[in-house]
Amino acid sequence: MSRAPSATSPEVLRHSWAQLGISILAGVREIWAHKFRSLLTMLGIILGVSSLVAMSALVAGMEKGAKEALVAIGGLEKVRIEPQGIPVEQRHLSDQATGITINDVQALEQSAPLVTLLSPEMRVFATLTANGKKFRPWNCVGVWPAALEMNEHVVEHGRMFNELDDEMARSVCVIGTETRDELWGSPETVGREIIPVGETIFINGVPFTVIGMFQHYESERDRKERLLTQSQPGQPQAVGVIRNQGRGRRRGNFVFYLKNATVYLPLNTVWMKFRSGASQIAISYGGASRTITGTTGDPRLSGLDTKLASVDVLPEALQQVRNVLMCTHKGIEDFTFRTQEDWAEQINTFVHNARLSGGLIAGISLLVGGIGIMNIMLASISERVREIGIRKSVGAATSDIFTQILVESVVIAILGGLVGLATSFALVNAISSFSPTDNAPIIKVTALAVAFAFSVLVGILAGIFPAIKAARLNPIQALRYE
Amino acid sequence: MPLVELRNVSKIYRLGEEEIRALDDVTLDIGEGEFISIIGPSGSGKSTLMHILGCLDSPTKGTIRLDGVMIEKASARQLAAIRNRKIGFVFQFFNLLPKLNVVQNVELPMIYSGISGKERRHRAMAALEAVDLANRAKHRPSQLSGGQQQRAAIARALVNNPRIVFADEPTGNLDSHTGDAILSLFRKLSQEGRTIVLVTHDPEIAAVTPRRIEIRDGKIAIKVDLTLAGLDRRAASAETAAVPQP
Repeated sequence: MSRAPSATSPEVLRHSWAQLGISILAGVREIWAHKFRSLLTMLGIILGVSSLVAMSALVAGMEKGAKEALVAIGGLEKVRIEPQGIPVEQRHLSDQATGITINDVQALEQSAPLVTLLSPEMRVFATLTANGKKFRPWNCVGVWPAALEMNEHVVEHGRMFNELDDEMARSVCVIGTETRDELWGSPETVGREIIPVGETIFINGVPFTVIGMFQHYESERDRKERLLTQSQPGQPQAVGVIRNQGRGRRRGNFVFYLKNATVYLPLNTVWMKFRSGASQIAISYGGASRTITGTTGDPRLSGLDTKLASVDVLPEALQQVRNVLMCTHKGIEDFTFRTQEDWAEQINTFVHNARLSGGLIAGISLLVGGIGIMNIMLASISERVREIGIRKSVGAATSDIFTQILVESVVIAILGGLVGLATSFALVNAISSFSPTDNAPIIKVTALAVAFAFSVLVGILAGIFPAIKAARLNPIQALRYE
Repeated sequence: MPLVELRNVSKIYRLGEEEIRALDDVTLDIGEGEFISIIGPSGSGKSTLMHILGCLDSPTKGTIRLDGVMIEKASARQLAAIRNRKIGFVFQFFNLLPKLNVVQNVELPMIYSGISGKERRHRAMAALEAVDLANRAKHRPSQLSGGQQQRAAIARALVNNPRIVFADEPTGNLDSHTGDAILSLFRKLSQEGRTIVLVTHDPEIAAVTPRRIEIRDGKIAIKVDLTLAGLDRRAASAETAAVPQP
């Protein structure tokens, strides 16, 4: 070894990246030396990260499902006008209240240019009888053919009734698949798809001819599942073994079930066949409920769907409709608007709340993970006081020790974060297998990135205090420490 | 100019009202290439003196100049750099890191001076060869005998080619035979020109060095300066030869 120690200046050494690399290596080595302890420490981060990802995936799935359902019932442009109890200050005028009638429809057609589509509805509380079976559909209404477009219905078999059918008040109807399933059996039970077009159906005892059937509405997930089972040939269809497939089958989203349980009749037919004579029809909508004594040709509609030109002009359009209706109703406010925007807002509020509370819980579990890291780092440095003293005596600066401890904690957090990301997929699968919603969770890349970033942040925060504590150790006392 | 210059250095600890003068107005020069022992009973202040000389601690009063640098004005980071580049420590309990093997332990000071991995390994192996321990490079400290561990610690102290080496009771934890081997290693290093400061409570060990400084109650009690600041090598060897060998 050469003598003549060089007279280097005591200039402070620059910290190179290589030294950081050494610190990282030392951190990994330290973690590897205490595998079990490190794993337990990481567990907190793993659970925190995976629950953060899983929560976000569940909420994203629910959001998607809710938006899908929103589109299925006609989108945001759809505004429904419904009858409403007369306000208290107008009670004395109640004998003049006309309710919503075809008059209003015609007035709106002429005077409300922001309304692009109108679809009056007259509800019938019907019991359907055919094929020796009975069924009470959710929605049996008299409508104009425009209802097809309004409610995003698609006639898959047969045809929709047209203006002529309506004009002539023909006894025809278009049914949804749920009605078919209940009266004739679903494809799953019968083994083939029955198309009851041309059959006769008795609605409250009145014969109607089925002239069309809507397609089967289902959420995207249900469709995919159905297509999957169909694409697996050779699988026995298990006829008669599975009990009551019609109802026992997964309904998917409730909205889709309701849409499938729809029966459309021509509006005029309903008016003439069900609203005349001395029949008593109980109508209840929303919170308000009243009984209309059906005198001859009760012209009141149970609802009026309107489609607006665009969502952007929603307030203006509502004002327009309101003006027209206030005119036709002689100022009596016996109607109300129900916009999908309320629902959309509810979805947004729900998603926001779910995200907030889920994020909070996952955040707390990450925090607990961070506390675990801090705890183990503190224990680790008190085990290594002597090592720190030795390192300082051979020339480690305060910052070197600080970096070393911080790197260890960050490495634990990063490893925990990565494992957490991997586990999150398993967790999402596990949750979705027993989750009450039918919305498949969606794992988003941003959620993964955010969760990982949080785990690193937690690692840094948890490491700072122990690192400061270690770096501040007095080398003399540290060397004497037993 | 001497390598180390201590001028009126005091170290005062306060325990409540009480004032403890661990070092009291010490003035001392250590020249380049000296082999010197600091001797004193425990509690005399010799360890404090060594810590201050070794830049592990700073004095309450007085000035220290090491290799031309005013130590008492240096920042903590600069002190760390000085410890790293100019000073080597050998401890009673070896103070090797148990998780690292011998060569990694020897590499440790070079890590903090930012020397590349290849160069580190090369120099660490050279240092181990100098203490005759190259064949144990991959062993863990726990697999070595006390003497081997101390030799590894000496290799670590020398690897950054320091200006001065401090040895704090280097034989205190060894049997007398191994201790002698370590002492003769120090003597050999001294003959190679190293500046070595041996701190001990044992006069027999202190007798190895040409120059002895006795510390008592924080003050330098006697200056034994047989050899005119140890510059006369022959006198130094004569002095060491006079030590009775067990």
